[in-house]
Amino acid sequence: MLRQVEGSKAVAAAVAACRPQVICAYPISPQTHIVEELSRLVKAGELTGCEYVNVESEFAAMSGAIGASAVGARSYTATSSQGLLYMVEAVYNASGMGMPIVMTVANRAIGAPINIWNDHGDSMSQRDSGWIQLYASSNQEAADLHPQAFAIAEELSVPVMVCMDGFVLTHATEGIDVLDAAGVDAFLPPFEPRQILDPDEPVSIGSMVGPDAFTEVRYLAHLRQLEALEVIPRVAADFAARFGRDSGGLLRPYRTQGAETVVVALGSVFGTLQDVVDAERDEGVSVGLLGVTSFRPFPYAALADALAGVRRVVVIERALAVGAGGIVSGDVRLALAGTGIGQRTVIAGLGGRPVTTTSLRELLGRAVRDELPELTFLDLDTAVVDRELERLHPSLREVRS
Amino acid sequence: MTKPFAITLDVGSSLANHTGAWRQERPVYVDLTPPCAHACPAMEDPQKWLYAAEDGSYEQAWRTLVESNPFPAIMGRVCYHPCETACNRTFLDEAVGINAVERFLGDHAIEQGWTLPAPATTTGYHVLVVGAGPTGLSAAYQLRRLGHDVTVRDSSPKPGGMMRYGIPAYRLPRNVLDAEVARIIDLGITLELGRRVDDVLAAMAEGFDAVFLAVGAQLGKRAYVPAGEAARIVDAVSMLHDVAQGEPPLLGRRVVVYGGGNTAVDAARTAKRLGATDAVIVYRRTRDRMPAHDSEMAEALEEGVVVKWLSTVAHADAGHLRVERMELDESGFPQPTGEFEDLEADSLVLALGQESDLTLVDDVPDVALSDGSVQVDSSFMTGHPGIFAGGDVVPAQRTVTVGVGHGARAARAIDAWLRQSPVAEPTEAPIAEYASLNTWYYADAPHAVRPRLEAARRTSGFEEVVQGLDAETAAYEARRCMSCGNCFECDNCYGVCPDNAVIKLGPGMRFEIDYDYCKGCGICVAECPSGSILMVPEPR
Amino acid sequence: MSATPVKFYQVGSFAVGNRLLDPELRSAQSEQGRANSLTSGHRACQGCGEALGARYVLDAAMRASGGRMVTVNATGCLEVFSTPFPETSWRVAWLHSLFGNAPAVATGVAAGLRATGKPDVRVVAQGGDGATVDIGFACLSGMFERDDDVLAVCYDNGGYMNTGVQRSGATPPAARTMTTQAVGEHPGNVFGQGKDVPRIAMAHEIPYVATATVADLRDLEAKVEKAMGMHGARYLHVLVPCPLGWASAAKDTVRIARLATESGYFPVFEAERGEVTSVRPIRHRVPVEEYLALQGRYAHLFSPVRRDDVIDRLQAIADRNIARYGLLEEVH
Repeated sequence: MLRQVEGSKAVAAAVAACRPQVICAYPISPQTHIVEELSRLVKAGELTGCEYVNVESEFAAMSGAIGASAVGARSYTATSSQGLLYMVEAVYNASGMGMPIVMTVANRAIGAPINIWNDHGDSMSQRDSGWIQLYASSNQEAADLHPQAFAIAEELSVPVMVCMDGFVLTHATEGIDVLDAAGVDAFLPPFEPRQILDPDEPVSIGSMVGPDAFTEVRYLAHLRQLEALEVIPRVAADFAARFGRDSGGLLRPYRTQGAETVVVALGSVFGTLQDVVDAERDEGVSVGLLGVTSFRPFPYAALADALAGVRRVVVIERALAVGAGGIVSGDVRLALAGTGIGQRTVIAGLGGRPVTTTSLRELLGRAVRDELPELTFLDLDTAVVDRELERLHPSLREVRS
Repeated sequence: MTKPFAITLDVGSSLANHTGAWRQERPVYVDLTPPCAHACPAMEDPQKWLYAAEDGSYEQAWRTLVESNPFPAIMGRVCYHPCETACNRTFLDEAVGINAVERFLGDHAIEQGWTLPAPATTTGYHVLVVGAGPTGLSAAYQLRRLGHDVTVRDSSPKPGGMMRYGIPAYRLPRNVLDAEVARIIDLGITLELGRRVDDVLAAMAEGFDAVFLAVGAQLGKRAYVPAGEAARIVDAVSMLHDVAQGEPPLLGRRVVVYGGGNTAVDAARTAKRLGATDAVIVYRRTRDRMPAHDSEMAEALEEGVVVKWLSTVAHADAGHLRVERMELDESGFPQPTGEFEDLEADSLVLALGQESDLTLVDDVPDVALSDGSVQVDSSFMTGHPGIFAGGDVVPAQRTVTVGVGHGARAARAIDAWLRQSPVAEPTEAPIAEYASLNTWYYADAPHAVRPRLEAARRTSGFEEVVQGLDAETAAYEARRCMSCGNCFECDNCYGVCPDNAVIKLGPGMRFEIDYDYCKGCGICVAECPSGSILMVPEPR
Repeated sequence: MSATPVKFYQVGSFAVGNRLLDPELRSAQSEQGRANSLTSGHRACQGCGEALGARYVLDAAMRASGGRMVTVNATGCLEVFSTPFPETSWRVAWLHSLFGNAPAVATGVAAGLRATGKPDVRVVAQGGDGATVDIGFACLSGMFERDDDVLAVCYDNGGYMNTGVQRSGATPPAARTMTTQAVGEHPGNVFGQGKDVPRIAMAHEIPYVATATVADLRDLEAKVEKAMGMHGARYLHVLVPCPLGWASAAKDTVRIARLATESGYFPVFEAERGEVTSVRPIRHRVPVEEYLALQGRYAHLFSPVRRDDVIDRLQAIADRNIARYGLLEEVH
């Protein structure tokens, strides 16, 4: 049954339905509503058996989650942007030690300049942190991904980041099928830790590993992520079977059948793009859409399959690898290597810049006409750029042209 | 548990890493000679029995003690305890009251009726001991323990020698003496009292395989003192002997004792007890040069004994003496000054040293004499095979303690001679120096002072002056022992090792270094209170 | 100290063991079957004070908790020398995460244990002074402020020794480190305001704060036992000399710690809810110079030119401690 609810609250409810045992909370916009709601649920006795810890920083939040997870407690935290960066050392540590923590990242740009609005610069910076990264295309999916995230994390002993666009999703109120514990219990078994810090069976967790074994440790972690390529779709299928809803998985194709041009995108822009695709199709333009839900592990084979036979791919990215361009694009290029499929990268929606239907349709028009350069910045105000270049960096004008 | 590779490790697995390979020096446990044991003429190892006494194992302590000395109750009273003079604790606060604990153990043993162990074997050899003083009885005891038949002969009606006839009862109560002597005799020793041996060869011919001469030095030295006919002059040895026999001489109210040794002090203190109002010691040197023991002197002064230092008796007459003042020359020798004064004195007691009556060896040419003493070799044997001598008859300090030591060592030599085997001289380990201790660990603990009889009550009789420790105080006093040079299981090495490389073997078993892991840091050595661990170069 | 007064002499309660004591009064370290939480084969330097301190603390905590205990360890010497793959020297359940987060990890551990139905399992977080005083300070303060059920232990050797002896917030004034070298007009570390973490901990008014050294085992064990008998945030600051960083003889580790307290330079006390409740009085006072002279990190105070001005300032610190804590008062 759908309820009109804010995305953050739906996520909080979904998390609560997973019966987390320890929640480490530290506020940062736009994630705050999630931990606020969880705080209320715990205080009100609606979420029992859960230790809710107000920590003094995101670094402490992740650290606390690591400790809790090490003793076999299902652990959760949430953050955004600077907060994610502040906890980075612990983020890598959690994955390195195989702590199956689930963390919601309410995606937000990274400063400076400080900016509280949405883009994927924060979670993309953790691309290589060893976490599984799942991107929600909608609030329903954001909620649904949390039970799936715990299931995946605990099966593999790998932490999972559920990424949802800040404000665009977190603060949007819409009709959502809110998960409850009764429903989730049948889907998500209790946490059975693979290793545990326990006086009855003492071990030393977190050794120092030198050149003699570090490569092997990393390779094994890599294999575990590859294993996730099997687990993630299976868990999504289980979820679909139980809840009758298609959420999660590796990829989310939309009208790719026979499409000449396919847009690849992550996150909430998927919804806007669906409308764009529909409109273009209505006009007879052969376009499709492929959402990437699992960015880590990156589903190279599935993506190549999904894009087999298309002529060109446009990757829309909400983050910029400064000095390089796209981030997701590199993985797509690798997946499509040797296929001859043309690929363009579009940087869109940085720091909360709206990604409008109009702009997207104009963009697609240029794409199908093969007029897009390798790298496009959507809705870039060239007048401002030109003026600033003139003022500060005349020499760069050459680079740009 | 499914442990992830490399990240998670099995506990204690570092035991595979033998860090002992880092070591350049290694700690080793040693047993050094404690200074108290080194200093003891009776060859006691006080540290050993103090260790047992520390936890109240008094019987064990006593049994350890009597292996070398069968007279703890006596020695605990009359020994001048060179052990305490040597005690390393003097550098920290005050010496351990070894003597007091010894006396406690001795008294406690008498109270408890503990007996000495019967000899385990019988050798068939028969040894004659001449003299039932400390030396003779010590030898008899040790010989008996070694399985020999022993006969002790003494001219006096009671055993004990100078312990009975020289040392006043206020220092050594006779019931104590009797008890400790009886315990020795009870081991099956034949004691023949009132039998003077005049001819040692004749006595030996009665069927003895060896003889030990321990007749002591019972004759007061005769010094020439110009005296009028009416002067009353006695020698201290005879005086003390007569007092011990219950026949005190009449000395009058004013008694002057001439001499500076312990016997002089005994004589003066005894005179007080016999009713003298004035007891004056005349000594030709100064107090720091006086051979009498400090504690004796201090007690004497408390009791009202007066000393005229730097004085000699020039002439004695009825009722008074003439005394010449002396002064010390550059070498510390007293020289006459020609200044005289008169002292009132009803009698003069001479305490100028003692001599042995050695008539029993007059007819034994092999037994060499020198300066009134019997010459013996390092095994206490005279020039005549089978005739041994010790105690006051040989050149040595004349104390009960020395005598007990001589008796024990001679017994060992006699035993070896009888068996025709070499004397097993124990090799002494290096002495534990104070500098090798880490005294931080010893609790600050003042010397337990033995209570003493009030001075007023002392001079009215022969009641014992110095009282004993009670059981609790004795244990505390024992615990002041720092166990110099010998492990006493304080667990410091076991505790302070950062590498957990000291193995505790359990109570009484001490410790072992685990050289697989010992890195040779030396903390165990530095923090060993008793200096019982040394660092030595790693063997290559 | 709250330890039962022992009325006897010999080594009293100064040595590790004492055969004359009732078994229940004996130190954990004297037990034949002690936990040996940190066992042989670790790669700490010869004479490492931290290795010693860690075993002292954890063995006492193991005894106090009946073995129901887990340990969280910050990055640092203690972690590196104890757990290089494939071997660990720990015999207790032990978790290492990062340099600066041990108190926070411990918070999570404690929360996780409550949530998983093991509230009886106690949590100890430990690290060096860098992890505690500097990089992990925020996490420590947060843990204190929340009054989480964690005993945090700092093994203070006054510097970043694992990385080759650099200055930390706990490096004492005038001490030479690789980043405060003994050169120039003011050789060694600066005379700053200092960062007195035990007192900062007291300012949080947590249930228990104590200082201790590896030179006084019985005191240290009594404090661990007391701390383990309490709940909430507790802090124990243990001085652990470092032969490498202090340029001292390996054998002198315990001796130097003893001189630190006997000079008053390192005050040993305990506090409850922000109030000092007892101090370990100085037994045989020594001038601070005796403490300094054994350490090469202060060698520049004695040669080539003797710096009485600097020694006097260090003595003044000791004197202030003595006055502040009443370190010369008689034991009652």
